[in-house]
Amino acid sequence: MDIQLQIELTILVIVVVIARVLYLIHKITTGYSKYAPKRSKPCKTIICIGSGGHTTEMLQLLKNINFNNYSPRHYVIAKTDTTSLNKVQTFEASRNSKENRDYFINKIPRSRSVGQSYITSIFTTIISILYSVPIVLRLRPDIVLCNGPGTCIPICVLSFLLKCVFVCESKIIFVESFCRTQTFSLSGKILVYIADNFIVQWPSLRSKLKRAEYIGQLM
Amino acid sequence: MKTVFVTVGTTKFPKLVDTITTLDVIKTLKNLGYDNVQIQTGKDFHKPNIDPLLKNVTVNLQEQSWAVKLLDFDVTINYNTYFDNFEEQIRKADLVISHAGAGSCLDVLRLKKPLIVVTNEDLMDNHQTELAEQLQKDKHLFFCNCNTLVDTLHKDFINLVPHPQPDKNLFSNYLDKCCGFVQ
Repeated sequence: MDIQLQIELTILVIVVVIARVLYLIHKITTGYSKYAPKRSKPCKTIICIGSGGHTTEMLQLLKNINFNNYSPRHYVIAKTDTTSLNKVQTFEASRNSKENRDYFINKIPRSRSVGQSYITSIFTTIISILYSVPIVLRLRPDIVLCNGPGTCIPICVLSFLLKCVFVCESKIIFVESFCRTQTFSLSGKILVYIADNFIVQWPSLRSKLKRAEYIGQLM
Repeated sequence: MKTVFVTVGTTKFPKLVDTITTLDVIKTLKNLGYDNVQIQTGKDFHKPNIDPLLKNVTVNLQEQSWAVKLLDFDVTINYNTYFDNFEEQIRKADLVISHAGAGSCLDVLRLKKPLIVVTNEDLMDNHQTELAEQLQKDKHLFFCNCNTLVDTLHKDFINLVPHPQPDKNLFSNYLDKCCGFVQ
């Protein structure tokens, strides 16, 4: 193959990929992917667990979901966050014993610990992204549930990329934290483009973004 | 006996802990009829830091906790890094003074206790003030900083309205609909 053909093919591939990404972003941001087609098979679900308040909020959201529809559940938790791990395990154990306990814990290194310097945190963030890659590739989730911790970004972006290359149809559902009444979190600002469902918990925040949904008081 | 419960959650907020034991705050609390203060101090707490203007103080160290008696005011203060019976502490309290963490605020509001949220101005990018501000606007609590605590204690808590309970099935119904389990 001569050089010119190679270059042309490369450009063609790049253009196709960009077109696909833009098409999906357009589909997502116009709300076309908000409702998935009818299904009865359970969804393989990734649940991104952050720390402290994020974990409590997430478990509050999950409190009444039908486990039979969302199974297996793969929790992604920072390695050192034993508090969140305990909360998740207690939560799963607290559900009626008849219900399925089909859940798994996936640990990734923390991208930034409290007080860590900016320079080293770039390095640790890359490490934590690299750890997320095999998890998403292996699981190919039907749903990704997240509510704002930084660790959810690589998971969501990777799921989105898999969707771009037709590997799986991951639906990304983002719930902005209850703390956010006027401004979006950094995660929210990024996920605006790739989360199929974007929920906020305050009407005042809903008015700041056309595609955000306010479905009522959740906390 | 009227009790105030002070909580800083899982973080630390030494400025709030120290503000409680200043002469002004203790005087105000006593005038309002409070004579028992329970303080959850959070991590890295080493010893009570009582305002030197408060005289006649006895300090008692127990395991992981301190009991302080202010004899002039007949006020007792109990310090604890964490209370195991956190919810019970809120239930027993007549007033809760809390840091601005969403979790702590919601716990107190769920138990329908009068609440003052004190924001930590030393925290950078403190988006938690956003929530406290909104909840104050909706009349669920009062919020202030360490310097304005005394004024806030005098506010009329009768005017606060309870935070409504969320609809438990709201999110699960929404999720089922979005994922195609319900049409």
